[in-house]
Amino acid sequence: MKYVDEFRDGKLARVLAAAIAREADAARSYSFMEFCGGHTHAISRYGVADLLPANVRMVHGPGCPVCVLPIGRVDMAIELALDHGVILCTYGDTLRVPASHGLSLMKAKAGVGAASDKRRGDIRMVYSSADAVRIAQENPGKEVVFLAIGFETTTPPTAVAIKQASALGLANFSVLCCHVLTPAAISNILESPEVRKYGTVPLDGFIGPAHVSTVIGSRPYEFFAEEYRKPVVIAGFEPLDVMQAILMLVRQVNEGRAVVENEFTRAVTRDGNLKAQDLVAETFELRREFEWRGLGLVPYSALKIRAHYAAFDAETRFPLRYRSVDDNRACECGAILRGVKRPQDCKLFGTVCTPDNPIGSCMVSSEGACAAHYSYGRFRVQEGDGR
Amino acid sequence: MSAVRPDYVRPLDLKHGRVDMTHGSGGRAMAQLIEELFARHFDNEFLRQGNDGATLPLPAGGRLVMACDGHVVSPLFFPGGDIGCLCVHGTINDVAVMGAKPLWLAASFILEEGFPLADLDRIVASMARAATEAGVLVVTGDTKVVEQGKADGVFIATTGVGVVPEGVQLSGERARPGDAILLSGTLGDHGMAIMAQRENLGFSSAIVSDTAALHGLIAAMLATGADIRVLRDPTRGGLATTLNEIARQSKAGMMLDEAMIPVNPEVAAACEFLGLDPLYVANEGKLVAIVAECDAERVLSAMREHPQGARAARIGTVLEDAHHFVQMTTGFGGRRIVDWLTGEQLPRIC
Repeated sequence: MKYVDEFRDGKLARVLAAAIAREADAARSYSFMEFCGGHTHAISRYGVADLLPANVRMVHGPGCPVCVLPIGRVDMAIELALDHGVILCTYGDTLRVPASHGLSLMKAKAGVGAASDKRRGDIRMVYSSADAVRIAQENPGKEVVFLAIGFETTTPPTAVAIKQASALGLANFSVLCCHVLTPAAISNILESPEVRKYGTVPLDGFIGPAHVSTVIGSRPYEFFAEEYRKPVVIAGFEPLDVMQAILMLVRQVNEGRAVVENEFTRAVTRDGNLKAQDLVAETFELRREFEWRGLGLVPYSALKIRAHYAAFDAETRFPLRYRSVDDNRACECGAILRGVKRPQDCKLFGTVCTPDNPIGSCMVSSEGACAAHYSYGRFRVQEGDGR
Repeated sequence: MSAVRPDYVRPLDLKHGRVDMTHGSGGRAMAQLIEELFARHFDNEFLRQGNDGATLPLPAGGRLVMACDGHVVSPLFFPGGDIGCLCVHGTINDVAVMGAKPLWLAASFILEEGFPLADLDRIVASMARAATEAGVLVVTGDTKVVEQGKADGVFIATTGVGVVPEGVQLSGERARPGDAILLSGTLGDHGMAIMAQRENLGFSSAIVSDTAALHGLIAAMLATGADIRVLRDPTRGGLATTLNEIARQSKAGMMLDEAMIPVNPEVAAACEFLGLDPLYVANEGKLVAIVAECDAERVLSAMREHPQGARAARIGTVLEDAHHFVQMTTGFGGRRIVDWLTGEQLPRIC
């Protein structure tokens, strides 16, 4: 397949692997965090870890949209579907995120735990925000709510949906906005005591997001490189992109440099997609704080719908109240999302928590660290391989 | 004065007519539907007996194999086939992968009130054609009608009976370390053909379902006299799920070579576009064979000589592994697990 196979070429991978092995200083180790779930998935699916020398280790970051969605937000969506009788639309993986009372959107849809058939939620998977708008048009007698999740990549399409609904004068469409911001999460990790004070999470650099950066550009990362002296290499989601980025990070570390470099020049510019940024700025504003699974309350880390579009904000349209809910006590998702622990360090991993029956959110999406490790790499646990 | 014509029944309107509740009532309307539609297409000596069940001759020698399969595919008509031929192929393949020659089918129809008789006629004609091509008779059946909204057009459950000759012993627990894993052709054609038809995806493709009866190919493979341990058709859940089932039954592991697994470029592109993995996408005309290493080449060339096995390939080897992992060397040069399908990749694929 043209434009895809070129970025998965095994021969080139071996050339890059040899360069990384040659240039990595055997006297030290390297820990790089791939922020995005897309990179986590690529590393696991293509077996990238097998091509890296033992002293180059990848730490999975929190950039998986469904992983960081807190239980309380899923509870709100379930409440909308069950108590307010709305048609709730959302992206596929969100349906399986565990919520309170042993529920998930998928289970609420099937009527699990319900006393009567009337308690079955009308919950629909959509491929795009435009599908949710269409469903609202087709069901004028019903309220339709789009549970909008994701980082800067999925935010512009939500903005388009709101503007579209506004232009169409749709009185039955609203959005439960859970969009979050990448730079805020990176700051949170760099400021965490494990990284700053205790040094329990050695972080020598970041692989920067691919799709997020097409929207926000490479400029926002310059602050991290300067302020925290951490190199950042923005990389595409193909496995060769990841290998090339690792080589570039090794070189920066060896040369004592800490700058933002762009491996993904075929899609990312310094300024990003200005049109998308304008669209987002027009539709959304910063929340003072937002709870992330794993990271807790992070200031100015998420978006809410501007007052101008309040009619399309499910949080003003319905009497909803956010309640913070703790994760299962044995679940290590929080520590895993911060890079403090690895999936195999969690007692629940692969025992009661599996992709078919996830306890924590990292086991839900194939971009989640636990699901990726379970589905693609758990033979390493059996073989005692630390990667 | 009206001249009553004895036994006159106005013929079914197969152009504009629709299924109504009387077609499942057990009365005259149902008898008419059976005669003018089902019996007309499926006609054979056993069906003609007109009894509640078909009385069939006991085959001489061998053992009976019986399998059943329900079909709820949406849409009912798709590139390369429809629910009619699919429900024949699906059950024939379940019988054939046991090493049996399929002989008879039973078909049970759940019809939704309001379903166009023209569509039903087209579906039943397609079933009859598929059965005739495969040398199989539909010997008995049943029709039920449910109210509008309680089904989706038509659901068809088929049961197949076949005979497996003495000496042929195919079973999921017979894979042994060292055995070769063979695949009869490209992956994912059926699943992606259906997916491309689903209206909310909004892309078009030239992908055609691979739905086909496999007993001819299987007969050619068995005729080699090779030690074939397991045959299975990787339908829902795709190749990955089928291999995991076999690995678990046989208490063995597997190592696949990604570069050897054939996938049509259109299917690969559509999967890429939708974020799917062809290893998990349904097939309806492919089989996977676990064969003793010493016989692998012989079976592979027999497969390649048959039109349905033209792109057959050796894709991996059975290993000793206490964890029963199915693993794969990726085209990229790394290693990964090929796990069971999690969740639902695509509902109502067959």
